[in-house]
Amino acid sequence: MAEKMELQEVEVWDGNYAAAQALRQAQVDVVAAYPITPSTPIVETYGAFVANGYIDGEYVMVESEHAAMSGCVGAAAAGGRVATATSSQGFALMVEVLYQASGMRLPIVLTVVNRALASPLNVRGDHGDMYLGRDSGWIQLDAFNAQEAYDLTLMAFKIGEDINVRLPVMVHQDGFVTSHTAQNIHPLSDDEAYAFIGDYKPVEEMLDFSKPVTYGAQTEEDWHYEHKAKQHRALMDSTVVIDRVFEAFEKKTGRRYNRLETYMMEDAEVAVLALGSTVETSIVAAKQLREEEGLKVGVIAPRCFRPFPFEELREVLAGVKCVAALDRSCPMGAMGTLYNETCGALATIPAEQRPLVTNFIYGLGGRDFSVEEAKRIMREQKGHADVGHITTHIQQFSGLRGPKLGFFESKRS
Amino acid sequence: MIEIRWHSRAGQGAVTGAKGLGDVVSTTGKEVQAFALYGSAKRGAAMRAYNRIDDEPIINHEKFMLPDYVLVIDPALAFTDKITENDKGTTQYIVTTHLSKDELVAQIPELQDKKDRVHVVDCIQISLDEIGRAIPNAPMLGALVKVSGMFELDYFLDAMKRVLAKFPQKIIDGNMRAITRAYNEVN
Repeated sequence: MAEKMELQEVEVWDGNYAAAQALRQAQVDVVAAYPITPSTPIVETYGAFVANGYIDGEYVMVESEHAAMSGCVGAAAAGGRVATATSSQGFALMVEVLYQASGMRLPIVLTVVNRALASPLNVRGDHGDMYLGRDSGWIQLDAFNAQEAYDLTLMAFKIGEDINVRLPVMVHQDGFVTSHTAQNIHPLSDDEAYAFIGDYKPVEEMLDFSKPVTYGAQTEEDWHYEHKAKQHRALMDSTVVIDRVFEAFEKKTGRRYNRLETYMMEDAEVAVLALGSTVETSIVAAKQLREEEGLKVGVIAPRCFRPFPFEELREVLAGVKCVAALDRSCPMGAMGTLYNETCGALATIPAEQRPLVTNFIYGLGGRDFSVEEAKRIMREQKGHADVGHITTHIQQFSGLRGPKLGFFESKRS
Repeated sequence: MIEIRWHSRAGQGAVTGAKGLGDVVSTTGKEVQAFALYGSAKRGAAMRAYNRIDDEPIINHEKFMLPDYVLVIDPALAFTDKITENDKGTTQYIVTTHLSKDELVAQIPELQDKKDRVHVVDCIQISLDEIGRAIPNAPMLGALVKVSGMFELDYFLDAMKRVLAKFPQKIIDGNMRAITRAYNEVN
């Protein structure tokens, strides 16, 4: 039996350690991993937990991230609770197998410490890898701080393993800004955490030799399309289970999570929409602007990046005058993803309720996103709102050195 | 909100020091944040670590800060790094050096109008004497406790014993002596 760990009511952990503790408390059967900065400490810490007798499961060292996720797929199909961690290039190497995992409906948990994608090589945080996972068929939950990385990792097992979901789940946190920043954490005890997640219930497991099954069969034009549509539907319908798990977690801990998080939106005239640690920095900025300048600013953040909170977003934005969608990933030849998702949701409400929508690319490769810059962006949106049209380029680059870069302008007639 | 910036070389323990400080401060019911900015991420390279301490949960994740305390744990960085960057007029400086305060300030023009806010302590020598290695983070915490008045020395020593619990008793004792000496010697 695995040893229990005595935890204090308040611990000071960084995001990596918090994620590793959540994996330990989930008593994962198999972790197959290949370490990569900045997520290395997750599997390093987890390996130490295994070696010191705190985990009964297997820790499999493999030769690449492709092999890591392949090992996870094999172990999950065999019928075990499975998890791993990665970042950036490692995530990119996993991509082929990510699609296999979701298509086979294997509830693997992947803790992703977001980091920029090369080239140029860069180990710091941006959302390039998170966006790369967008169409892979995984549920994507996003933590804005280390406490949330812990909470969401616990919840990821309960969501993904639910018989009505049976999908893999990624839990994202920002490289360094969250993963290497220590803060006060309120953990659950080992018993409470495990009781919350519950025992793993295998479904169609390959190790049940009395009932042979096939995973990853070939289906050409006769059945492939139906399988993919069913998978999409499972992802769309997972919102019910996600909401239920968020509610159960609130009952247990008092900490409330929503698929779309909103802050100070009750009376907001302008808003910013963002992901990751930027959400919290933006809240600081919005509070200051409300106190110092009387600007009615709010912040909106998808907790659940996939499935995307389409209805919740158009509801909260109806009647707002201007919103800036902040994307921490270079869209390379298009508008940013949050901008596009927002415009898609807003196109389905009456025109007179639609806010102006602008797009900022920011923070690539770990470039700092400051409270002052958030305030500048918010003031600029207020300026658009006051004159009723976008007075700058629709897409701008925040915090970029050199000449100002921007694309597209409003068509007003 | 109290903000602290550490100037260090990778390997001198600024990150451990910042996290240890966070650990101790959290036992008083305060909210803490500890993070680091690595340069080229090699042992010996100049790097900075940061602490924020507040009564409310800390949700500001920007790297920029106007520090209340600047802790320099490598003697040479006082000369080569911009230790007075983002000075807020009341920023207190604690510098590891074998020089006297007058000798140090005389050689660093940026410190000359801040002399009453500069404190010196030889954390390198103290850690060599008491711990046996040049790991100046623990003594710097002793100096900070004295300059800031953040804790009673005994409370801090007790809390640090818990943070260091995984180490052999010899190491713990050495750290306790180093913290106490720096507390008494900083000026």
